[in-house]
Amino acid sequence: MNWLDRLLGKNETSGQVAKQRLQMVLIHDRADLPPGMLELIKDDIIQVIARHMAIDTDKVVVHLEQDTQENRLVAEIPLLAGRTRRNGASSR
Amino acid sequence: MSAQVLTVTSGKGGVGKTTVTANLASALAMLGKRVTAIDADIGLRNLDVVMGLENRIVYDLVDVVEGRCRLRQAMIKDKRQPELYLIPAAQTRDKNAVSPSDMVLICDQLREEMDYIVIDSPAGIERGFRNAVAPADKVLIVTNPEVSAVRDADRIIGLIEAEEKGPGQLILNRVKPAMVSRGDMLSVDDVLDILAVNLLGVIPEDERILVASNQGMPLVMHGVNGASAGEAFRNVARRLDGEDVPFLDLTPKQTLMGRLRALMGSNSN
Repeated sequence: MNWLDRLLGKNETSGQVAKQRLQMVLIHDRADLPPGMLELIKDDIIQVIARHMAIDTDKVVVHLEQDTQENRLVAEIPLLAGRTRRNGASSR
Repeated sequence: MSAQVLTVTSGKGGVGKTTVTANLASALAMLGKRVTAIDADIGLRNLDVVMGLENRIVYDLVDVVEGRCRLRQAMIKDKRQPELYLIPAAQTRDKNAVSPSDMVLICDQLREEMDYIVIDSPAGIERGFRNAVAPADKVLIVTNPEVSAVRDADRIIGLIEAEEKGPGQLILNRVKPAMVSRGDMLSVDDVLDILAVNLLGVIPEDERILVASNQGMPLVMHGVNGASAGEAFRNVARRLDGEDVPFLDLTPKQTLMGRLRALMGSNSN
């Protein structure tokens, strides 16, 4: 990293990049779930959920998280605004 | 007293397993211990040249396993030390010539006569790795501060635990303190954060390692002092022997120019 990068605020060293990449790779290695597989799972989840509710498919994020001892599959599925109460008092 | 079997392994090739094995075996012998080093890398024998014993090989590990010689006949004595021996790997056979139970048997035969048996594992996670780990009391995992090497070390740590040989002990090899201090290399703490394993040693990058292997005499035997790889290896040997030895201070010596360069960033060359 040179002084220009530092001035511009790109203050991430290659060592930090290495550490972050390693952490991501190892989460997947340890769970025996390659990142591409996660994308397929995401598509499946979207299909299933979309059958029942209106979701913002472009903003769905599925990723693995790691605690001290536990791996967790985390899905963030934003619902589409204003269309969540389909059975409510007829909106139209 | 029965010998302790130490297996040196890494997953990834080229991280310095053979160098670590040669130096640890020699350093333990220099502490007055009876040591046998075993090259378990069948087909790619190398520990012999790093230790400088290649010209004295008559029989090898596979000859012992297949009954062509007695165990003692395959043990090459390193005359520079009172009690240091090498059992070389076969060069023209493959890993399947030896089984994990063969390795256990050979080590059991040696246990009464030795204090330490140090096994150099081949790279990879297949038969050769399992051969090397089968007799182990303690597994030493060698890695470099590199994404690929640390990833493989993590895999090995998992496999060792699955074989109930854990917890592994980590030797972080080829650390360049100057690169770490400017943030361009994973630090010891970074690696320990990621791997969650016991740290046994940190070995600085040292050109003298190559000079030593050119000459066929492990660096620890050269008697260089100061914060060198040789000193770091001697410290690992003492830790293995139960001594509480502090880790070497590897922060780079700061010259005025060095400090200036660090300030300006290092990509300016």
